[in-house]
Amino acid sequence: MLAPSQLVSYILPGVILTIELTVLGNLLAAGIAFTVGFARLSKSTWLRLSARIFTEFFRGTSMYVQLFWAYFVLPLFGLALTPFQAAVLVLGLNSGAYASEIVRGAMLALPREQLEACIALNLSRWQRLRRVLLPQALLLMIPPFSNSFVELLKSTSIVSLISLSDMTFRAQTMRTQTGNTAIPFLTILILYFALALFISKVMRALERRLTPKAA
Amino acid sequence: MPSPMVQFNNVHKLYGAHAVLTDLSLSVSPGEKLALIGASGSGKTTILRILMTLETIQGGSIFVGGQPLWSPETAGLSPRRREMHLHKMRTNIGMVFQQFNLFPHMNVLRNVTLAPILTQGVKEADARALAMELLEMVGMAHKAHALPAELSGGQKQRAAIARALALKPKVMLFDEVTSALDPELVEEVLNVMRKLALETDMTMLLVTHEMSFARDFADRVLFLDGGRIVEEGPPGEIFRNPQQERTKLFLRKIVAAGLSL
Amino acid sequence: MSWDWAFAFQILPKLVEGLKFTVLASLLGSVLSMLIGLAIGIGRRWAGPTVASVLGYAVEFIRGTPLLVQLYFAFYILPDIGIYLSPLTAGLLALGIHYSSYTSEVFRAGIDNVDRGQWEAAKALNLSHFQTWRYVIVPEAVPPMVPALGNYVVSMFKETPLLSLVTIVEVMAQARIIANINYRYLEPITMVGVFFLVVSVPSAMALHFLERRYALGNRQSSHIAVF
Ligand SMILES: Nc1ncnc2c1ncn2[C@@H]1O[C@H](COP(=O)(O)OP(=O)(O)OP(=O)(O)O)[C@@H](O)[C@H]1O
Ligand SMILES: [Mg+2]
Repeated sequence: MLAPSQLVSYILPGVILTIELTVLGNLLAAGIAFTVGFARLSKSTWLRLSARIFTEFFRGTSMYVQLFWAYFVLPLFGLALTPFQAAVLVLGLNSGAYASEIVRGAMLALPREQLEACIALNLSRWQRLRRVLLPQALLLMIPPFSNSFVELLKSTSIVSLISLSDMTFRAQTMRTQTGNTAIPFLTILILYFALALFISKVMRALERRLTPKAA
Repeated sequence: MPSPMVQFNNVHKLYGAHAVLTDLSLSVSPGEKLALIGASGSGKTTILRILMTLETIQGGSIFVGGQPLWSPETAGLSPRRREMHLHKMRTNIGMVFQQFNLFPHMNVLRNVTLAPILTQGVKEADARALAMELLEMVGMAHKAHALPAELSGGQKQRAAIARALALKPKVMLFDEVTSALDPELVEEVLNVMRKLALETDMTMLLVTHEMSFARDFADRVLFLDGGRIVEEGPPGEIFRNPQQERTKLFLRKIVAAGLSL
Repeated sequence: MSWDWAFAFQILPKLVEGLKFTVLASLLGSVLSMLIGLAIGIGRRWAGPTVASVLGYAVEFIRGTPLLVQLYFAFYILPDIGIYLSPLTAGLLALGIHYSSYTSEVFRAGIDNVDRGQWEAAKALNLSHFQTWRYVIVPEAVPPMVPALGNYVVSMFKETPLLSLVTIVEVMAQARIIANINYRYLEPITMVGVFFLVVSVPSAMALHFLERRYALGNRQSSHIAVF
């Protein structure tokens, strides 16, 4: 029989690593999503094109391949990353490439009339964006960003490929060392699901906070 | 004769290959209330949008308050300089839209105070005081803290009028401000505009399908067809005694449609 | 380290073989995910409220947990309870079930997207139940689903390297084997990356084209130049 303490000592360090990867990866992803998303809306053809190539590249090559590449091939070019750095980088770049579509889509979904009202009120470009367009677009972005954050959480399960001991890796270790299959895997399934629920709860709370309220 | 507040000289406007305004010249004196009428697609909205710098022109020149808004010189400016120029010119002009275009994420008061604070450096407290004064005038003071989504169409439009007035423009543009409203809400907005005409000496350009309102409100009516001015004059003459066939036809259709003159 | 063309050409046939397997697995997985997804979609709409809510929670759970863990689950736990599947069958099953949690939503949204008035109009015209589906609902609901489903096929394709973790030798596993034998990572892994790019980018572009033609939901008509 498995003692509960055994379960905790096997899985807990993995939980922490999974959370770290999720938080850092998503932070990077959000930064990239806004940078690339806005670049794709830019007037400059050059910027638009490079943003487009960036997205197509990271969405087009599988994340697994990217992870291997970052870990095994980049060092050949003199850029040696720790497994953790490689994982955060790849998770963030990949997810950011997808999420840049969220940013772009939300900005494009705003009615053109809002921009015209800004011009009529003589707001500067920055003021238009900061005071009128972004507050409305952010609200539209929250639900899809919530999904994107959860997808990244799920993707962290592959980092054992480059020898990081995340939750999934820990469950595997426990399986081989204790011979018990059901408990470790059921446990981490529930943990992943709980983390996913947590993310969507937080995002929903954020959405409620940002929704303008009647006085 | 004072120098005109708004002056169009031989303006050409194209959408692609489609000429919307052709060789259009007009001038509006300071304080004048000008009504633009004409069939759908005749170019009325386009004239206002050009003045609000929402559209560019392909020929001719436009002056507001004696300064060039669009002219061969401004056309040659770099995008950055041009935006600076337009930014300066827009301080003279305000516009009220057919669809209100209030900012949905801000309450009415914030909608009104935003631009004075951001673009004119007005202090928050002063901006609020001014906004409340304007909201009082349009009968919206009691809704100052409501969100646009909580207002009726007429209330939204009155709030939008207050928002445009808060920048104290010299020229106000009204584009069919009542045509998105239910019939019973039209009058409350028109009343605000009548009051505005009495209490201020702003120059106003007004596009409307409410002919009776145009007759009472305007000093001069301009009938457009196919991007050209067909006829213009004091409302009494245009409505009672139109000279041009096309004007007669247009007015007859309006009457036939059951609208009052 | 520099690129070795001779080596690249030497390993190409092996990788292409792996790629074929990858494409096949994603196609089979897609078919499976669509069948299961359709069943779930129908169940959630027309079965009783209990079934519908159980299915709803199941979908949410499957969506909220990683494919890899589900894969391990099918591979290690099913035999424990007496279900013996070949690695490939277990792998495809996991792929199919995981992606059915996405496809079922597409089916549901697609059907819900057909205006209520259409059902009523069909009734008013006295069409039979079958005729209503055949001539009204399916033709309206299906076209917008195509790009959405297609996107999931492409996603699945990019996730198939996971199968290598349950002993299936698809293209990524092939590349790793080659890399380990020859101590050269650059060529095999880069080539796999290029393979994925060559398959996904044109597919994504084709799907994007379809998406524009049959946009599900609201269309973006106005363009705002923000900067
Ligand atoms: N963005 C645009 N692109 C192309 N053509 C346009 C555009 N906006 C307006 N037009 C065309 O320009 C012409 C004048 O349009 P405008 O909106 O000024 O008419 P209007 O007199 O305001 O009509 P209405 O009474 O219907 O509002 C019309 O033929 C219209 O089709
Ligand atoms: Mg118009």
